[in-house]
Amino acid sequence: MFKRSANIRQCPEHQRGVGVIGIIDYGAGNIASVKNALEFIGEKTKIITTKDDIRSADSIVFPGVGSFGAMVDNIKNRHMFEPLYDEINSGKPYLGICLGLQLLFDGSDENPDHSGFCIFPGTAKKFTQGKIPQIGWNLIEPATPEIEGGWAYYVNSYHIKESSATFATSDYYGSFVAAVRKDNIVAFQFHPEKSGPYGLSLLKWWTKCLQKE
Amino acid sequence: MLAKRIIPCLDVDAGRVVKGTNFIDTKDAGDPIELGKKYDEQGADELVFLDITASHEKRDIVVDMVRRVAKEIFIPFTVGGGLDSVDAIENILKSGADKVSINTAAVKDPGLVKEASDYFGSQCIVVAVDAKRAGNGWEVYIHGGRTPTGIDALAWMRQMQEMGAGEILLTSMDCDGTKTGYDIDLLYKTSEQLSIPVIASGGAGTLESIYDALAKGNADAALAASIFHYGTYTVKDVKSYLADRGIEVRS
Repeated sequence: MFKRSANIRQCPEHQRGVGVIGIIDYGAGNIASVKNALEFIGEKTKIITTKDDIRSADSIVFPGVGSFGAMVDNIKNRHMFEPLYDEINSGKPYLGICLGLQLLFDGSDENPDHSGFCIFPGTAKKFTQGKIPQIGWNLIEPATPEIEGGWAYYVNSYHIKESSATFATSDYYGSFVAAVRKDNIVAFQFHPEKSGPYGLSLLKWWTKCLQKE
Repeated sequence: MLAKRIIPCLDVDAGRVVKGTNFIDTKDAGDPIELGKKYDEQGADELVFLDITASHEKRDIVVDMVRRVAKEIFIPFTVGGGLDSVDAIENILKSGADKVSINTAAVKDPGLVKEASDYFGSQCIVVAVDAKRAGNGWEVYIHGGRTPTGIDALAWMRQMQEMGAGEILLTSMDCDGTKTGYDIDLLYKTSEQLSIPVIASGGAGTLESIYDALAKGNADAALAASIFHYGTYTVKDVKSYLADRGIEVRS
């Protein structure tokens, strides 16, 4: 069950639905895909680019792309790093995608001098076997019956090996964390917005989580 | 483990698919979105749109197509054809394409691959290579296979990997359009020498030829055009055949 922030409780229209989903744009990636996919399943979205947007959003999707360090620098330069951390900590629903998952951890070997949110312990490590990056479809094995398994599209060189918040795993020359979930936080290492009907079903599942409570 | 990918390729001229009008149950077989959806429903793992529009004035049509595809199809797609600058690449990626493929422009200015991959990330830069047997090796051709370059294909692909290519789309010109099978020797040697994924193209005719490209040529993905366009096989046919022969595919 997701915790709700004080903000959401004050706003009556959100008792009926998920409100407007804020998608963070920090100038690096293709956020159009995530926006398109959420709108395709019937959600309202808003591209958010400032700390005020982060505070006023009902829920936040963070599609992280590029390198870990550049991502952290970018959101810091846009003064969104601490506000995002605060909002997640205060219980605002958060969906992280790709680097948006790794950001929740201590950091990444990709740029060891940059720290993540340290919400979950662990550091992203580079794959050591196989073709790198992992590009393509891999099987998602849920750790709980809340979601179904299926094939999802990945593009990543770094991965979280294991976590106490593991919600699903995949295997690429060894098991790694495909998804994490804890309270108001959900994050996918793969790209649900590019994973066909299965990916869309996971996005729908997430928006249903937002409606509960 | 990763599934081997099956990728239909659509040739698009001024926003219209120019091959493959044999789809019985599509309303408009010339519409790239209709066809793309059809392939998506059949289980295509990705799509490649190859823009063969000759006139520059009509290039905006492609951007419009990319936007429409991105709104309706939720599997990765690549757009290639005539992209020769970071601006042109950015235009396509910002419109919603997941990857771009660069061919002739990479040969003319290899720095473009480095610049584009530094800027957008290697994952969205596919370098397309047209290779033809020459002596004991293979030579790179450009301009849609019309112009030989004297460049050794294997060395070229290694260089492209170093410069930041995320994937190689490798077309054997000897096999392209022949339906006699992919060039397995070329694929095998390429896969052996590269650490980035290799997409086999050129020569798909039978189900076995696709199996060979993946199982014997060690390609990570197989691209095909005519067998899908003309309805010889569906993507689903290909995948069930591969699964029966022990190749992991997305079901």
